[in-house]
Amino acid sequence: MERIPILKMGQVLLVTIQIDLYDRLALSLESDLVQMVKKTSAKGVLIDISAVSIVDSFLGRIFGNIASMCKILDAETVVVGMQPAVAITLIELGLPLTGVHTALDVEKGMILLNSNIETDVDTTDDLNEDDNYAF
Amino acid sequence: MVYDISKLLQKKKKSIIELWIKNQLSEAGLREDLISNEEIRQQSEELVDSLVNNLTQENITEVNSPDFDDVKDILSGISITRARQGFSPRETGAFIFGLKNALLELLQQEIKDDKESLYEATIKINRLLDSFSIVTFETFIKGREEVIIRQTDEITEISTPVIRVWDGILALPIIGTLDSARTQVVMENLLQEIVETGSSIAILDISGVPAVDSLIAQHLIKTVSATRLMGAECIISGIRPEIAQTIVHLGIDLSNIITKSTLASALKFSFQSLKLEVKRIPVKTAQ
Amino acid sequence: MIITLFKVSMRIERDQDVVPFRNRVKEYAVKIKMGIVNQTKLITAASELVRNMLKYAKGGEALIEIVTQGRYNGVRLSFKDQGSGISDIDLAMKDGYSTEKSLGLGLPGAKRLVDDFNIISNVGHGTTVVVIKWANG
Repeated sequence: MERIPILKMGQVLLVTIQIDLYDRLALSLESDLVQMVKKTSAKGVLIDISAVSIVDSFLGRIFGNIASMCKILDAETVVVGMQPAVAITLIELGLPLTGVHTALDVEKGMILLNSNIETDVDTTDDLNEDDNYAF
Repeated sequence: MVYDISKLLQKKKKSIIELWIKNQLSEAGLREDLISNEEIRQQSEELVDSLVNNLTQENITEVNSPDFDDVKDILSGISITRARQGFSPRETGAFIFGLKNALLELLQQEIKDDKESLYEATIKINRLLDSFSIVTFETFIKGREEVIIRQTDEITEISTPVIRVWDGILALPIIGTLDSARTQVVMENLLQEIVETGSSIAILDISGVPAVDSLIAQHLIKTVSATRLMGAECIISGIRPEIAQTIVHLGIDLSNIITKSTLASALKFSFQSLKLEVKRIPVKTAQ
Repeated sequence: MIITLFKVSMRIERDQDVVPFRNRVKEYAVKIKMGIVNQTKLITAASELVRNMLKYAKGGEALIEIVTQGRYNGVRLSFKDQGSGISDIDLAMKDGYSTEKSLGLGLPGAKRLVDDFNIISNVGHGTTVVVIKWANG
C-alpha cells in the first residue's frame, strides 16, 4: 500500500503531502508519524500541505490528532503552506485547527520549531551535544 | 371598407421612416453628443423594415406572436446600447414613442374619410406599440442594472487594496462597511498577498469602518483566524473609542485578537515582534 | 427558475469513493468558471456530505448537476440515501452535535459553505440533501 514518506531532519520530522489524501492514507500517516516520533525522539513535526487543495473535517481532525498525540510525546507540530482558499474554507466550516501551530512555508516552520527546541535546551538542558544544528 | 393596415404600412414605409426621423430630430432633448443623425437613421430604418415586413392583418392584435421576435430583438439591442451610452429613460422612450406618433400620423392621413376604421386601426397600432415600449423599458433597465453590477464589482475590487508597509508587514485599510461578500474579497486579497510576499504580519485597519456590529465583528474574527491558519499574525488597528464601547456592550469577545488603537501603534508592535528597531539618527551640529 | 444543463450521477459505497467524487465535482465547478475559493468551499461541502452519507447510511446516490438561473450558473449536488433518516433535523443542524464520535460539523458546516441548502428526511426511509453553489455567489 502507498505511504506518505516521512523524512528526518535532525530533531524534526518532515512530511510533504503531494496528493489529495485518501482516508486510509491519512490514517496510516497519523500512526506512522506517531511511531516515528517515538522511535526518533523527534522534538518537532512539520507537515507541508501546500499541495493540498481540500481539507475537510476528516483531514482537519487528523491534523489535530497528530498535533495532540505528538504533544503527549513531547513534540510540537507545525502545519505549513496552507492555501488561502483552504484557510478561508476551514474558517467557514468552523474548524480553526486550535492546538496546531501554523507557518507560511517550510523555512518559517523550521524557524518556529527550532525556537521552541532551543528554549527547550535553555530550560531543561537534557539534549545531547550533537543536537545543535543550523538551518 | 376594411383597411389592411399591414399593406398600407408596407406601401408607406418610406414616409413612416421620414416622419419618425423628423419626430426624433425635432425632439428637444436630442443627444447629438451621444448619437449621430446617421446612426438614428440606420436604427430607425432597421426597425421599421423589420416591423412592416413581419406585420400581417392577423398578427397585429397578437403582440406575443413569434413573428415579432425579430422586432423585439432589434428594440432590445437599441435599448441596451442606449442604456450603456448613458441615455436617459425619457430619451429612450422618445425613440419608440416617436415611432408610434409617426404611424398614427400616417394612419390619419391615409384613412381620412372613414372615422370608424381609423379608430380601429389606431387602437391596434397603439396596443402593439405599447407592448414594444414595455420591451424597450425592460431591456433599458436591464442594461442599467448590468452597469450597476459591474460597478459594484469594481468597487469591491478597488476598495480593498493590500499595502506592503514593510518587508514582512502588510496593511489593509478597510473603508466602509463589511458584509459577507466583501469579507470574502478582503480575505482572498489579504491571504493571497501574504503568500506572494511571504509576510508574517497583517494589519487590518478599521478607521474607515463607520460602525461595528456583531456581524461585522464576526467577519473580522474570521479574517484573523484565516490569517492565523496560514501561519501569519493579524492585528486589528484603528479602533475608535465608540467602537470599543459598542464591542463591549454587544458582548463580543476580541480577547484572542491583538488590537491597537492606531495604525502607527500596530506598526510599532509589528516591528517589535519582527525584532526590528527604528532609530533617529543623531544629527551632527555645526559646533 | 432553475434549469439543469447537465447531470451525472455516482454511487457512493466506500471511503475510496470520496476522492473520485470530489474530483468530479471539481471538474464541473471548473467548467462553469467558479472562483478558486468558491470551488474549495463547494468541494469541501461535498466531501462533508458524502462522508455523512457513508457514515450514517452506508452510502447512497450522489448527483452532480450544472444548473442555471437567469445569468447565474452553479453546481447543484444531491445526496440521496436509504439510511435510517434523521428524526430531529434542527438538532442535526446544530454546530457540535453528533450521534457518533466526530466533530459534528458535517451538516451545519456544509450549509455555511454553500449558497442554498435543503434537507428532507423520512425516519426509516432515508435522507436527501440538496445544495447549490453559484459560480459568482
